[in-house]
Amino acid sequence: MEARKHDRYVQQAMANIGKVGLRWWLIATVLAACVAAGIYAYIYQVQNGHSVTGVSHTIFWGFYIVNFVFFIGISYGGAITSAILRLTNAKWRAPITRIAEGTAVVTLAVGAVSVIVDVARPDRLLNLFLYAQPGSPITWDWIAINTYLVGSVIFFYLPLIPDLALCRDTYPNAGGLRGWAYRVLSLGWRGSPDQERALLRGIGIMAVLIIPLAITVHSVLAWLFAVTVREGWHTTIFAPLFVLGAMLSGVATVILVIAAFRKAYGLQEFIAERHFRYLSYLLLAFDAGYIYFMASEYITEGYVQAVVPGAMLQSLFIGTFAPVFWTFALGGLVLPLVLVALPGRHVMARACVASALIVGGMWLKRFLIVLLPGSSGALLPWELYQPSWVELAITTASLAAIPLGLMILFFFFPVMSVHEMDEVEGATEPARPALTPAFAGGGDD
Amino acid sequence: MTGISRRKLLGGLGTGAGAIAVTGLAPIRFDAEAAPVPAKKRQWVMVIDMRRCDGCKHCTDACQETHHLPKSHEWIKVHKLKGKRGQEYFMPQPCMQCENPMCLRVCPVAATFKDDEGIVLVDQNRCIGCRMCIAACPYDARYFNEVDPPAFANPFGRLPTPQFPVPQQKGTVGKCMFCVHNTGQGKLPACVEACSMLALYIGDLVSDVATNGQETVRLSKFLNENDAFRYKEELNTGPHVYYIAGHGQDLEF
Repeated sequence: MEARKHDRYVQQAMANIGKVGLRWWLIATVLAACVAAGIYAYIYQVQNGHSVTGVSHTIFWGFYIVNFVFFIGISYGGAITSAILRLTNAKWRAPITRIAEGTAVVTLAVGAVSVIVDVARPDRLLNLFLYAQPGSPITWDWIAINTYLVGSVIFFYLPLIPDLALCRDTYPNAGGLRGWAYRVLSLGWRGSPDQERALLRGIGIMAVLIIPLAITVHSVLAWLFAVTVREGWHTTIFAPLFVLGAMLSGVATVILVIAAFRKAYGLQEFIAERHFRYLSYLLLAFDAGYIYFMASEYITEGYVQAVVPGAMLQSLFIGTFAPVFWTFALGGLVLPLVLVALPGRHVMARACVASALIVGGMWLKRFLIVLLPGSSGALLPWELYQPSWVELAITTASLAAIPLGLMILFFFFPVMSVHEMDEVEGATEPARPALTPAFAGGGDD
Repeated sequence: MTGISRRKLLGGLGTGAGAIAVTGLAPIRFDAEAAPVPAKKRQWVMVIDMRRCDGCKHCTDACQETHHLPKSHEWIKVHKLKGKRGQEYFMPQPCMQCENPMCLRVCPVAATFKDDEGIVLVDQNRCIGCRMCIAACPYDARYFNEVDPPAFANPFGRLPTPQFPVPQQKGTVGKCMFCVHNTGQGKLPACVEACSMLALYIGDLVSDVATNGQETVRLSKFLNENDAFRYKEELNTGPHVYYIAGHGQDLEF
């Protein structure tokens, strides 16, 4: 019985390694076409300059910065989900950690590209290193993001090592380039107790490290805006607001990605309704927290009725930006909260709908964050921002790049962590290194 | 198990953090603030007498002609404002050449720097076009070159210098620099030269004089007697532009 289940999850996890069906190719082709259109738009932009975008001397930041904040934000979901579940030693995490960690890596890479696209002189990017100014928030940003990117890749890679060994042992063409890559990357994993202990310790350390790392990244990202004197940006709540927003949109994205791969890769047996219910709890907490932070921000600013924040809030609540704001506040925060909070049936469907609403809503919120203060100068009649086709094409490409990146990732690596499934299913005795704290599965026996 | 001990690793990290903290205190191009500067030669300021401005925008036109700017880039911009009693008045606004410029602090590559005479300059050959400085400037004095500048005869393929950024480099940021290419040779900035209402003065805090091209005034006395004020002074940016109100303007913005 147990052995048969083991065979089933090994088979499902490895099903798409190296041999994919027609459907995979169809979807991949459509997504790749979107990405290609975005690359074309970017080349066009490099040739013609930023005049082909909606930004100008008055609206200095547009869709690219919105996307940048959005994608870096959702990358937090993968990291936090996996890290929290590992640290609390939640057994049910086994089938979803790989997808969560993979989502973090892919969305982070897309986010990093989004900000490079925004730089008007990409030919001089090297100046960031040659003349780096420690006092500039942009310097803090690229250091933090690069560190976080390396951290996320390690966090994805460490739990993958035993599975890479499995690929090495089962991949038919062991002599080819891919067989060679599995051999090298699996670092001679044999599953000995010593190796198990070292691995578990490494994962434990990374799970602890990735949390402050991610908080740093999102705080620095918030300070990029908050250290200016612009109304709506210059507020002390910005860093925690960004961190919580990242966790909210990130967990929602993880739910969507898990639902998609569960269906497409036939993982229904292993990823069940309870996974969605538990993740919904996280969603619920973060959503309520975000509403609280936002209310706190608007009440402290709005109650005083000073001239400048007053004008900004007016534009937000009843003015130009009101349709965007209320769509976000009601559709992207309140409705999802109700959807996941209510008891009853259809847990999975409700979690997915709520997640989709939250992800869309949080993009709108980032749009408001970036565009609103830029549009409410004290003396200048600021123009309203009109994104051009170039920005729309590049945004579409960034969105398409995430599922495409994940599909490619799980073309090379197992979609579920077989090694962790073995642990929870009791196929192997989990190692317990003394250095890992008890709540992470360590401690003395 | 591994070659490097935990103590060594942590020690190494500490040294690295220390190095960052030390370099963090020393920005690379903070020329005007650099250690003991022997008696500064000049500190340029501008005085704008709003009682005289009639909003003709000759200053803006002259500036755009001198620096070959597109029409939308108004390095000196003439705001048309409404006072509390409904009266109209004009406020020409160049770059404030702040004592403590926020744009300089946020630049990741030190493309923005200050010269010895208090002018905030942009090295357009270094600027990466991130627009962080535009976000940081409280006066909206900076302009992003999203388009090519209007074509003009440039037979020797001249490249912009920070002191005379002509032609504007596409994808970088430009702004007013009090025409240091003129003042260095004893000439007036283009806008001061062009102002037929004599509302603009260029001055020097060190020698305490200012001139609008016709009359020369004792700067400190002129500012005191006319209740000059500086725009958004509460931000501690230390603007080098003084305004004189009195034509029905509100004294606060």
